Amino acid sequence: MGLLDRFRSNTSNQQVRGSAVVAKERLQILVAHDRAERNRPPYLNQLKEDILIVVRKYVNVDLNAIQVTYEQDERREILELNITFPDTSHSHNHDAK
Amino acid sequence: MARIIVITSGKGGVGKTTTSSALAMGLALRGHRTAVIDFDVGLRNLDLVMGCERRVVYDFVNVLNSEANLTQALIKDKRCENLFILPASQTRDKSSLKREGVGRVMEELSRGFDYVVCDSPAGIEHGAMMAMYYADDAIIVTNPEISSVRDSDRMLGILAGKSRRAETAATPIREYLLLSRYDPERVQRGDMMSVDDVQEILSLELLGVVPESKAVLTASNAGTPIILDKESDAGQAYSDVVKRYLGERLPHRFIETTKKGLLNRLFGE
Ligand SMILES: Nc1ncnc2c1ncn2[C@@H]1O[C@H](COP(=O)(O)OP(=O)(O)O)[C@@H](O)[C@H]1O
Ligand SMILES: [Mg+2]
Repeated sequence: MGLLDRFRSNTSNQQVRGSAVVAKERLQILVAHDRAERNRPPYLNQLKEDILIVVRKYVNVDLNAIQVTYEQDERREILELNITFPDTSHSHNHDAK
Repeated sequence: MARIIVITSGKGGVGKTTTSSALAMGLALRGHRTAVIDFDVGLRNLDLVMGCERRVVYDFVNVLNSEANLTQALIKDKRCENLFILPASQTRDKSSLKREGVGRVMEELSRGFDYVVCDSPAGIEHGAMMAMYYADDAIIVTNPEISSVRDSDRMLGILAGKSRRAETAATPIREYLLLSRYDPERVQRGDMMSVDDVQEILSLELLGVVPESKAVLTASNAGTPIILDKESDAGQAYSDVVKRYLGERLPHRFIETTKKGLLNRLFGE
């Protein structure tokens, strides 16, 4: 590499980040995602279906309305359950009362 | 009892077979009785890299099917009397590769050898699972590239969950990183992830960094494990790898660029 080239690439490195930095950042996200996926307890899908059966006794929702997310760090595990009630069923319930 | 070492990666073409042949030859040259097994059933290329393809009579699958015994199938290396090669078969039929059969072969090899080096096929399918299942040690061959590092991380997950040591709750497999096809100049230019970048993600014990080297192709053309080319950078890197594996503490080489530009000398660290 010539002197000028090296100078150019040095200055351009300061303006545009090297591709290795981008690679590392993408990789960190990918790997974090993979690891989270790997550490998910195997029973999550079954849990979702069981919850659906219970919820359906009261509100008519489908499987897509139930979201179970699982997160883990060194100190704790968080299991988050989110059920989206349909708008109509809410007013419907009121009507029934 | 032999120590069983798997050379694995997930991704293909990263240098597993090159590493298997170099490590096996290196261990044998240091006086350890070593067997190296090609688990890449159907794609068979360890015998080519080792230069013994014309001496293959029986292969791993023949032994698994009891069509030949180990003594008949093992090829004794012409350069080193401590080294034996168990080639893979050419047939694409992988059904003989079963856990029990592989276990029997490993057990028999364990009695006669100090080290058994298992050259894993690419992927995370059956062949790769069989290659890693009985391992005591794993060398993860990785290139400084997104897909390779990601696959290595996945392979670590598999080693920690699906190996015999994991299933029997024994001491976990000892995992080492071998970073291969490293190009310090591209790293310096910011175009390739550095050893530290990769280690930030994988954080394994670093067994060595093998530079990208033309000598590797030349060696494989000739059927000579690269470790025998003592003049080459890659050959020297593999010698260091063997010594480190055997417990020597050596500084890492081939990480820095050799030629420093004027501006780098003026303004670099
Ligand atoms: N350090 C290296 N420098 C240059 N070429 C290499 C290096 N290591 C491996 N190669 C080449 O890369 C290709 C794949 O290597 P191989 O060991 O067969 O990988 P794998 O077994 O993981 O598929 C081969 O052509 C080999 O010669
Ligand atoms: Mg291979």
